[in-house]
Amino acid sequence: MIHIDGFIALYIFMLAAFTGYEVISRVPVILHTPLMSGSNFVHGIVLVGAMVAMGRANTPLEIGIAFLGVVLAAGNAVGGYVVTERMLEMFKSSKAQPKAKH
Amino acid sequence: MPIGAQSLIQASYFVAAALFIFGLKRMSSPKTARGGIVWAGVGMLVATLITFLSPAMHNYALMTVAIAIGGVIAWISGKRVAMTDMPQMIALYNGMGGGAAGAIAAVELFAGEALGRAQLTLGVLGGIIGAVSFAGSLIAFAKLQGLIRRSIRFRGQNYVNLLILVVTALVGAIIVLHRGENMPAHVTILFVLSLVLGLTMTLPIGGADMPVVISLYNALTGLAVAFEGFVLDNAAMIIAGTVVGSAGTLLTQLMAKAMNRSLANVLFSGFGETAATSASGPAGTLKAIDTADVAVMLGFSEKVIVVPGYGMAVAQAQHKVWELAQALLARDVTVKFAIHPVAGRMPGHMNVLLAEAGVPYDLIYDADEINSEFETADVALIIGANDVVNPVARTDKSSPIYGMPILNADKAKNVIVIKRGQGAGFSGIENALFYLDNTRMLYGDGQAKAAELVQAVKQL
Repeated sequence: MIHIDGFIALYIFMLAAFTGYEVISRVPVILHTPLMSGSNFVHGIVLVGAMVAMGRANTPLEIGIAFLGVVLAAGNAVGGYVVTERMLEMFKSSKAQPKAKH
Repeated sequence: MPIGAQSLIQASYFVAAALFIFGLKRMSSPKTARGGIVWAGVGMLVATLITFLSPAMHNYALMTVAIAIGGVIAWISGKRVAMTDMPQMIALYNGMGGGAAGAIAAVELFAGEALGRAQLTLGVLGGIIGAVSFAGSLIAFAKLQGLIRRSIRFRGQNYVNLLILVVTALVGAIIVLHRGENMPAHVTILFVLSLVLGLTMTLPIGGADMPVVISLYNALTGLAVAFEGFVLDNAAMIIAGTVVGSAGTLLTQLMAKAMNRSLANVLFSGFGETAATSASGPAGTLKAIDTADVAVMLGFSEKVIVVPGYGMAVAQAQHKVWELAQALLARDVTVKFAIHPVAGRMPGHMNVLLAEAGVPYDLIYDADEINSEFETADVALIIGANDVVNPVARTDKSSPIYGMPILNADKAKNVIVIKRGQGAGFSGIENALFYLDNTRMLYGDGQAKAAELVQAVKQL
């Protein structure tokens, strides 16, 4: 494992924080709900952490908690993706849209 | 082998982190948004699959079972949930992420891993935040889903919450100071207190303020994930978690601003479902109009601005409203949709509901874009919206909604309000707009009235 320590960790933290702020700062209100859902999906990356924790767990207590963690994390990642994709898939411009259905 | 696998894992995490940022960036414009979530999804898939190669891991079978259980349940629920229920579903998935971050911290703390002081501190912090976000998000879900209808409040509540917070922090500090020791009792107390804090913090907050709270918990979960990333030396978690933490904080501020509430106000004042009593009702009378007259008025207009509110979605009228707009567009009437940030149950929610009905996003305008256009509109058609078009917000300092940015529907030449019956809005405030000289009320169910209007306009 790469050990991320001290100031390297602080640098990563600072740069990522600015990145998140900049990426969102010019978002139109129309996308607030899908974007919140999308960022909710992104922290689903906690799944890889839960997997590593479970891979190292030894006692039944640790394995039980880790199991719960992996279930929850998988739910976060998969659910976050499905609802975000469903919402964004519906956004169409009037040019892209073939004439009305009726 | 370990060197090769190790590089592969690090490379995949690097790619995943890059794809998350790229995806979020693309999600910030409606043209590219769909592609954005797909790219982020690819990143997640790659990172997850490669993690199976991590060295010195066991419990693979159970791990796969856990992923399958969580994934399948979320997949089915995510596919089935109605668009109107989207805010609480986001809260639920967010809570799961917070719970997972808490679980990682719990496993590390119970195992008494040899961690550095900084790592241990961040691990404890992440655990507390994750558990708070987990419990709080579940309450937010239950409230929006209608499972909890009352807001539990008592005198001195904020002090009780503060006390719990202080004790939780103390227990956390004790764990950090006894680094290297196994302290299962302390760890258990830490997590129980954190969960209780999440409950007591969220229970007093009213349903109307929930979107801001969900957004805040989203940011907190991101932060918790980043902290646990430091514990596990996982750069993908640190970057993705921090990006979501800061993006979520900004989004929370934007939402609170759109709702004319400060974050502190939302968290500590327990308003959000107050039944305000207005001292004096607006002057004037409500003037009814029938469908045929409205159809003529709309059909011979040059410009119509539709102002939908959550009431429209409750009546499931959005499809009929879009049909009506199409009938008008076919007559060369300019039709625009004006969306107030709090028109749905969450900023942007109404846009999703209109998109579901097939309304193209380039006909939809937010308050800042369209407010100057009401003066040139022949008709402002209000469907299911109330407080967001109440001109009292501009004038009456004693009103609870004073200062809230509103849509200037009252500036239009004619205002038509489709409404089920007489009565005040969500906040319990009488709407002065309904009593203006240029306003006519079309009473009835939103969907039925919109359907009648479609027929009437087509027959003109």
